[in-house]
Amino acid sequence: MLGSWQKAVKPGIVLIVLLLLWELASRAFAIPAWLLPAPLQIIETGLTGWADYGHHVSSTVQLTITGFLIGTTIGLGVATGLHLIPSLREAVYPLLILSQNIPIIVLAPLLVIWFGFGMLPKLIVIALVCFFPITVSALEGFRETDRDLKHYMAMAGATKRQMFFKLEWPNAWPYIFSGLKISATYSVMGAVISEWLGAQKGIGVYMTLASSSFRTDRVFVAIALVMMLSLLFFGLIVLIEKHVVKWKREERD
Amino acid sequence: MGKLVVDAVTKAFGKQSVLKNVSLTVDEGEFVSVLGPSGSGKSTLFHVIGGLIEPDDGHIYLDGLQVTGQKGVISYMPQSHALFPWRTVWHNVLLGAEIHGTPDETAARAMIAKAGLSEYEQAYPHELSGGMKQRVAFIRSLLSPQSLICLDEPFSALDELTRLDMQLWLLSIWQTDRRSILFVTHNIEEAILLSDRVVVLSDKPAAVKAEFTIPFERPRRREMLLTDTCLALKKQIYKELGDADDQTTH
Ligand SMILES: Nc1ncnc2c1ncn2[C@@H]1O[C@H](COP(=O)(O)OP(=O)(O)O)[C@@H](O)[C@H]1O
Ligand SMILES: [Mg+2]
Repeated sequence: MLGSWQKAVKPGIVLIVLLLLWELASRAFAIPAWLLPAPLQIIETGLTGWADYGHHVSSTVQLTITGFLIGTTIGLGVATGLHLIPSLREAVYPLLILSQNIPIIVLAPLLVIWFGFGMLPKLIVIALVCFFPITVSALEGFRETDRDLKHYMAMAGATKRQMFFKLEWPNAWPYIFSGLKISATYSVMGAVISEWLGAQKGIGVYMTLASSSFRTDRVFVAIALVMMLSLLFFGLIVLIEKHVVKWKREERD
Repeated sequence: MGKLVVDAVTKAFGKQSVLKNVSLTVDEGEFVSVLGPSGSGKSTLFHVIGGLIEPDDGHIYLDGLQVTGQKGVISYMPQSHALFPWRTVWHNVLLGAEIHGTPDETAARAMIAKAGLSEYEQAYPHELSGGMKQRVAFIRSLLSPQSLICLDEPFSALDELTRLDMQLWLLSIWQTDRRSILFVTHNIEEAILLSDRVVVLSDKPAAVKAEFTIPFERPRRREMLLTDTCLALKKQIYKELGDADDQTTH
C-alpha cells in the first residue's frame, strides 16, 4: 500500500507542474475563458457549482451502475455458456472478437431508432461496452486452469459440474476481476456517450449544455467528473478484489 | 486376486511406446513401490490406473471389478501437490471427500492435528513450506473415500533432510491407517525404506523388469538403510535399473 503511494509521488509532481504552467500561460497570454479557462477558474466552478451539476452526477452514477451490472451479468453468463459448450464457443467466439471492431458510438443512432430516447438504449450501450472485457477475461480464466489440478479433479471422479464450480470458476476469479476493472472504467464513458444521445439528466447532458453555451469551464468540470467517477469505480473494484482474491499474492510458486 | 491388478497394460502416445505389457498387483493393506527412471512412464501408468488415459491394451481391476478407463476409483496424489491455491488448508484437505459426499470433519481435524498443521488450518497453500504442502496433499488423499491411494513421487521436490522426515511421517500415519498404497519413485532408498514390495520398471518403453520383496520388519527405522541386507538389495536393484538403461543405449 505504502509502495503504491510512493509511486504516485512523481507523476503527482509532474501533474502539478503542468497545471501551474497552464495557469501561468493563460494569465500571461490572456487567453479568453471561453477558449481555454485557467485551472483555478475550473476548480472554482467545480467547487461552487455542485447545485448545477449534483443531480446530473447522481443520475449518471445510477445509469452507470445499472448498465454495469447488466453487462457484467450477461458477460459472465455468456462466458459460462461458451465455456461449457465448446462447439458453441468455436462458432461464436470469433464473431464476438469481430464485433469489437464496431465502435459503440456508431451503433448509438441505430439504438435510438429502435428503442427511442428512454432508459433502454442507454443501458444497452453501457452493457455492450462492459460485456466484452468480462466475457473475454472470464473465458480466459476458465481455460487457463492448471492442468495438474484438472487431472486431480478428473482422477478423483469429479463431475463436469464439480469441475466447473470447484475448479474453473474460482480459478477465473482473478481474470474476471481484471475484466471488471476495465469494464468499470468503460462503463462511465459508455454512460456519458449514451447521455449525448438525448437525455434529461446526466453528466453528458451537463456537458452538452455547457459547450453549446460556451461555458468551457463547465466542460472541463464535466471531464474531471468523468475521470473521478472512473477512478472511484476502478478503486471500488480493486477494494472488492482484495477481499475476494486473497490467495492471489503467490501467483503460482 | 489382489486388491489392485494391473493386467498387461500397453500404451503408446503416437509412435512413442510408453508402457509395454505392464502387470503388477497390490494386495489389501500392502505398500508397493514402482521404481523407474524419470520419463519412463510412471505417471502415465498412474493416469491409466486412475482412468484419465485409456490403455491401448490391457485391463485394470480393483477389488475384482474391471475399472479400466473409469475415473474416481482411486485416491490420487499427483507429482505436484495440486493443492487449490484459493482454498485454505482446511478446505483443501476436505476436497477429495467433498467430491463424493459429505466430508468427515472430525477425522479431518484429528489428522490435521496429527500432522502438526492445526495452526495452519486457515492458511493458504502459498503460505506453507514444501513439506507442509505435501502433508496437506497426503491428508487430502487419506480423507478421500477410495481404499487405494496412489502417490506419484510425492517427495521428489523436497530437500534430502525434509524428505527423510516426510518418509518417516508417512510411515507413522500409514501404521495407523493401513490403506493399500501404490507409490511411485525414482529413488531406490526411498522405495526400500517404505515398501513391502518394489516393482522395477525398465526405461522406454516401461515394462516390469524385476520385483523385490523387502524383508525388513515394521515399524521401519532409518538405520535399516545402513544394514548389509539393505546394501545388497540396493546393489541388486541398481543392477536391474542399470540393465534397463543399457538396453536403451544399444
Ligand atoms: N499426454 C501425453 N502425450 C504425449 N506424450 C506423453 C503424454 N504423457 C506423457 N508422455 C510421454 O510419456 C513419457 C513418460 O512420461 P511420464 O509418465 O510422465 O514419465 P515419469 O512419470 O516416469 O517421469 C514421456 O516421454 C512423456 O513425454
Ligand atoms: Mg512422473
